Amino acid sequence: MTTQLILFFSLATLAVGTALGMLFSASAVHATLFLIMNFGIVAVFYLLLNAPFIALAQVTVYAGAIMVLFLFVIMLLGAERTGRTPSSWWLQPVALSLGVILLLEALYLVISQRGLLPVGGEVASTYGDPFSVGETLFRQYVLPFEVTSILLLVAMIGAIVLSKSRT
Amino acid sequence: MVPVDYYIGLSAILFTIGALGVLIRRNSVVIFMSVELMLNAANLVFVAFARTYEAVSGQIFVFFVMTVAAAEVAVGLALIVTIFHTKQSIDVDQMNTMKW
Repeated sequence: MTTQLILFFSLATLAVGTALGMLFSASAVHATLFLIMNFGIVAVFYLLLNAPFIALAQVTVYAGAIMVLFLFVIMLLGAERTGRTPSSWWLQPVALSLGVILLLEALYLVISQRGLLPVGGEVASTYGDPFSVGETLFRQYVLPFEVTSILLLVAMIGAIVLSKSRT
Repeated sequence: MVPVDYYIGLSAILFTIGALGVLIRRNSVVIFMSVELMLNAANLVFVAFARTYEAVSGQIFVFFVMTVAAAEVAVGLALIVTIFHTKQSIDVDQMNTMKW
């Protein structure tokens, strides 16, 4: 238990650190690289939570495909030169105070419900492996899965229509 | 297993950082990445509760959230590229007219 706690807290520190790095880095490329690190660390959390399939999907889909798309667009547009100063002087303090309020509310909820949440015990060794995930996906959730294909088709058509030149 | 409260706390912190990113940053690509961070925080709680209740359905929902994020990024980045071509900028403060 203790080693697990040490592992959790060191990984959590890394995750929060990389997220803060994304928030405060001036260059958009650095922000993207910090976010990729953050996704990698969250994938390790998924592995710790007996979700190897989701962990690898996270690495390939999120840290791989989606973030490469981000990097590609940033480099295509030369978007790393960012105007960091917001147009209104009150924007930053208001955003910070709203963020602190949100965090305090969430942490208050977590702490006030401390004893009520169930504690996870041991799980079966087959839990979360690709076989069980696939079986649940294609038996119980086969209709949402098919709807997902329509969503991806619509997104693909939308991207093509938007990036098509108007001439 | 580490108590699920710790995972909810971590996820709340990550979600707040993502929300702050949306509010503070002016670069629309970075705002998009902050939205991804918030989706990721939600996914972490899904997987943590799936592990606690030993239900695979939570992991399936993470799968769907990933698909929605991929679709959203494809359309969103195409929008950003189009806006950049018209306005030569992706600063959200510049996007204050409906049609140019």
